[in-house]
Amino acid sequence: MTDKPKIALYWCASCGGCEEATVDLAEKILDLTSLVDIIFWPVALDFKVDDVEKLPDGSITVSLINGGVRVTEHEEMVKLLRKKSKLIVAYGACSAWGGVPGLANLYSREELVSRVYREVPSLDNPAKVIPQVSVILDGAQLKLPEILPRLIPIDQAIDVDYYIPGCPPTPEVTWKAIEILLSGKLPPKGSVIGASEKSLCDECPLNETKPEKILIQDLKRPHQVIPDPEKCLLTQSILCLGPATRGGCSALCVKARMPCTGCFGPLDLVSDYGAKAASFIASIVDFQDQESIDQVIDKLPDPVGTFYRYTLASSSLGGKLIGVKR
Amino acid sequence: MSNEFEPKIVLFACNWCTYAALDLAGTSRMKYPPNFRVIKVMCSGRIDPQFIVEAFKQGADGVLVAGCHLGDCHYIEGNYKTMRRVTLLKRMLDTLGIERERLRLEWISASEANKFVEVAKEMVEQIKAFGPLAPRIQVSA
Repeated sequence: MTDKPKIALYWCASCGGCEEATVDLAEKILDLTSLVDIIFWPVALDFKVDDVEKLPDGSITVSLINGGVRVTEHEEMVKLLRKKSKLIVAYGACSAWGGVPGLANLYSREELVSRVYREVPSLDNPAKVIPQVSVILDGAQLKLPEILPRLIPIDQAIDVDYYIPGCPPTPEVTWKAIEILLSGKLPPKGSVIGASEKSLCDECPLNETKPEKILIQDLKRPHQVIPDPEKCLLTQSILCLGPATRGGCSALCVKARMPCTGCFGPLDLVSDYGAKAASFIASIVDFQDQESIDQVIDKLPDPVGTFYRYTLASSSLGGKLIGVKR
Repeated sequence: MSNEFEPKIVLFACNWCTYAALDLAGTSRMKYPPNFRVIKVMCSGRIDPQFIVEAFKQGADGVLVAGCHLGDCHYIEGNYKTMRRVTLLKRMLDTLGIERERLRLEWISASEANKFVEVAKEMVEQIKAFGPLAPRIQVSA
């Protein structure tokens, strides 16, 4: 081991896309390894939890954690990494706000387990086996982590220093954030790093075509329309969340003719992304009578899933699981 | 002291119409339930849905948003925006496990102290029937 800064990467409840995004640094990953020692990365390297436990407290310079906390193992691991690290960075939407898996907070743990192991049509589980925390098999005790009552962003389990947004963060954002972390010139604790401080529209190539005031009389979802690639998607009544969303991704989705779904999350000073996004969409609906307003809003089959797609677990109302405290 | 549930209701009242109606109700010595915590805003259009979800998060059992009648807005169209925002937010509340009736939108002009008293009584009764909004998940950060 050298005296280079030590970096750990870990994943909790995530899809693996954030790991993929890290690998997407491509040749830059070689630059990274020349600057730092990666001392723990379960997806790519063969270090074990044991190796982390043996490290002195605070000896990891930065731990980048992706995914939310869904099972007890995630909770134990993020607590361990907190103890061993100087800085903890929530990497990606799931880690920062719960992400798409956070939408499961609209259901109880019991409903979810029953749905997954008993009800889904593609199920092949004739004995209706449900995973147990502990089973005795051939005289040996086997253990599994316990599923927590709800998914939480990692900052509800441990103290988090910085956030890198995105589903997943782009390689550019990741690299920019790593440069900030290694520069020694750290922004105030709790900052979002690597991304923009302005909304997505500010960097969107279609921003020039945006009129002074956008008004819509219809709401279309991406599969219902072939968009004009030269015109602001909102002016084409396509539900684009760019105005409410932090920039930094260089408008990748819009460049591919898809509207922004909000994966870079809220801007600074926004306390509840979903409420803010819903507010802006409602305000540009160009009708003044209840019936027409209802007709436009009816075009949104799942407003909570649309506006809280990445942030439900960190939102003010937190999902449907009322009164569950951890 | 009775142990009956007394709901806490946050009332966002616009400066030009509803707040004046509340004043009128007071100076006319009308009786209305004491369950409302009034927050004066310049226009009902100032009420960001974030304020409403924050009120529920902090323990409000109901939220009443009240402003000038449609067409009477001091700022011409602020209340139309409010109407659209509340319409959308109510649908989201259903999915989030909060009865949509816990959020109510009313147009109450400066002279309609009577209407305010009626709305207040009705809303308190309705929320008493629902019972307290169960505490939301504690978000410790």
